[in-house]
Amino acid sequence: MTRYVLGRIAQAVIVLWAAYTLTFAILFLLPSDPMELQLAAAGVQPDSLSAEQVAAIKHQFGLDQSIWAQYWHHLSGVVRGDFGTSLTQQVPVSDLLSQRIGQTLLLSVSAAVVSLVAGSALAYLATFARWNPLRVLLTRLPALGASFPQFFVALFAIQFFSFQLGWFPATGTQGFASLIMPVLTISVLTSSVLAQVLIKSFDETLSQAYITTARAKGLSRSAVHLRHALRNAALPALTILGVIVGLTVTSSIVTETVFTRDGVGKLAQEAVLAQDVPVVLAVVTVAATIFVLVNLVVDLLYPLLDPRISHTRGRPSGRPVAVVEGATL
Amino acid sequence: MTLVDIRGLDVGYVRHRTIQPAVSGLDLTVAQGEVVAIVGESGSGKTTTASALIGLLPANGRITAGSAKVDGVETAGARERTLRGLRGSVVGLIPQDPMVGLNPTQRVGAQIAEAVRLRGIAGPAAAAEALSFLEQAGVSEPDLRAQQYPHELSGGLRQRVLIAIALAGRPKLIIADEPTSALDVTVQKRILDHLGGLVRDQGISLLIITHDLAVAAERADRVVVMRHGRKVEEGDPQALLNTPRQPYTRQLVAASPRLEPRFRTATPQTPAPILTLTEVSKTFAVNDRRRGRRGFNALDKVSVEVPRGQTHALVGESGCGKTTTLRIALGLETATSGSVVLDGTGISGLSWNRLRPLRRKAQLVHQDPFATLDPKFTVRQSVTEPLVSFRVGDRRTREARARELLDQVALPASYLDRLPRELSGGQRQRVAIARALALEPELIMLDEPVSALDVLVQEQILTLLAELQQALGLSYLFVSHDLSVVARISHTVSVLSEGRVVEQGPVAEVFTQPQSPYTKELINAIPGRSLDAA
Repeated sequence: MTRYVLGRIAQAVIVLWAAYTLTFAILFLLPSDPMELQLAAAGVQPDSLSAEQVAAIKHQFGLDQSIWAQYWHHLSGVVRGDFGTSLTQQVPVSDLLSQRIGQTLLLSVSAAVVSLVAGSALAYLATFARWNPLRVLLTRLPALGASFPQFFVALFAIQFFSFQLGWFPATGTQGFASLIMPVLTISVLTSSVLAQVLIKSFDETLSQAYITTARAKGLSRSAVHLRHALRNAALPALTILGVIVGLTVTSSIVTETVFTRDGVGKLAQEAVLAQDVPVVLAVVTVAATIFVLVNLVVDLLYPLLDPRISHTRGRPSGRPVAVVEGATL
Repeated sequence: MTLVDIRGLDVGYVRHRTIQPAVSGLDLTVAQGEVVAIVGESGSGKTTTASALIGLLPANGRITAGSAKVDGVETAGARERTLRGLRGSVVGLIPQDPMVGLNPTQRVGAQIAEAVRLRGIAGPAAAAEALSFLEQAGVSEPDLRAQQYPHELSGGLRQRVLIAIALAGRPKLIIADEPTSALDVTVQKRILDHLGGLVRDQGISLLIITHDLAVAAERADRVVVMRHGRKVEEGDPQALLNTPRQPYTRQLVAASPRLEPRFRTATPQTPAPILTLTEVSKTFAVNDRRRGRRGFNALDKVSVEVPRGQTHALVGESGCGKTTTLRIALGLETATSGSVVLDGTGISGLSWNRLRPLRRKAQLVHQDPFATLDPKFTVRQSVTEPLVSFRVGDRRTREARARELLDQVALPASYLDRLPRELSGGQRQRVAIARALALEPELIMLDEPVSALDVLVQEQILTLLAELQQALGLSYLFVSHDLSVVARISHTVSVLSEGRVVEQGPVAEVFTQPQSPYTKELINAIPGRSLDAA
């Protein structure tokens, strides 16, 4: 068991490092000159500087060093919690992050909770509704929900709930009311994904032979569902739960931009537009950390829910590799 | 007193808005304390009958006519509440496959106690009673076992847990649906003996559902033969076996596996071997939580020879190493020590590329004809795939070869465009054999090739294999757990137990005068032995 936990933690650290390095490599390959950006932010024309001045500035920011030295310098900073300085805003990246991350975490956690409740409820109803047309309708619903692009849902919500009904504010970060539509926007997608997986999993579980055994004992319908079907059906869904929590984080980019919320998502969008490399790198690193942590928790929960896993050495079947999940960024 | 009274029962399954009948006009009774067996092939309606009795028909199953009374209660058209009243307390079920019949995330003790609690017994008393049922089902150390999860138990133990669950409701009738088909013969015999004793002592009626006429005849007071949803014949087991009235029953009795060696006398001189395994050992590294890292000897100095143009069989129970031997012989697994010589060439330690030409000489036919054919490939594609992969011939000669191959396995050429799902189990196995023949191999390794098939189909495939051997001079390495199947096709046999060859020689000698105690036990466990002796 200790080996299992240590193995999973080691895996998480490797994934995190790989995500960071990949992002660093991609950003380094971008055809932009960090020094020009800084000078533009400071209002200085690059042409007005002499070659010596340019060299001095490059030296000051470490831009004259080799890529390996820069990589090492930056990585060791990240390990200490120092993400460098924003190229456009001239303030430490960690300050920018700490100002904004609260809003995004609030949004993500709310959306994850809503998705979990709504997705499970939908799946349960779709599986156990006795009236056939209702069951068919509920079973097809998640496919619809997963097909709508988030910006579309967001714009629709603003048009309908803010402009026509005037129930919720269309933009802003102030108060509970401003949170509702962004959470709704994210949850439409994530709860649909969860419901799809759960419905399929319930269907498969209910056709298992041990369900027949349970029914043959004379157990009531609800006892069969709660004691025998639920836990077994939840196992595959647990995997998707890790992806869903990650999705709520990445969805914040679109949602915060559309609803003009001052979160990390909007920060990321602005930083990408302005080619503010240290900020983008920091946001990606934070998002990857959240992904990795959530999936680590899921991995550690597995043996508690499924007694078969602590005895197998390999990765439990059905768990996708965390790197692939991170790629949805 | 009549416990089960079925009259004119029709059951069907709704498919595409029409009802396809599965059981038609069935009459069946089971008296208090009686043991009745229903025998039939897959699709005969035997399991449907049992499901109807316990109210567990699948969602699209319907009782369309007739009546099925259990303990005086009508189940045809009954509400869920009525059926639930019957389940467990009146009718207990022992399901088909013990490997999947238990909830994997719940301790087995809890699963039994759950059935006890339905009788109104609560708390620690239920747990205590669960232990006593485990003990009744023949599980030693019940208090230890009750704390374990299903995956920690062997198939035989799981089946005993399922028996304990069925007993826990104190039913008047137990339905055993193919209770031991998934288990080894020696385990099967022990469990059926035990179950028979339990129902006799407690006065419980038993309805055995089986495809195996010998199992039915040996253990039932009355045997009912079903086919295509109808009752074919019913009667006393001895009478049914000795003087079957219906042609179908006669066919079943004839096909019923008996231990009669096809080659009664050993061939005067055994031909030179095409495949020789010499002192092959295989050790797997195992991580055991209690005992730490250690080696597990899957094979221990196994020596096997397959004579050219003949059949050598490997028999034994699950875990005895017969599949590992086969995989080593094919070069899919490397032996820890020992040598494998195929047609004069040593294959141990050869690289994939050096081994590949040798694969043309030896081909494999798997156990499960449902899983080994690509569902998206037509029969033509499946059969010609080996030719394509070894770049043999062009499109035209491959087409001719495909027709020739189908002809060899007695399938019409019109089947070339069919997909696996359009074929029956026996036909799929014929296609799998045709595919193995495509490259004109000299040796075919057959891994339980007929275990997934009905008795009559088994007979046909075995006959086909024997004919092919004669016509093409093939050699077979035949792996099976079923001694009667081995007796019908093999010249020589090796009996494996725990990775060791315990007995080896011509089938005629080994099966009629077994020397080792293990072979004797295997032979005695074959269902129907007691009837032959009688």
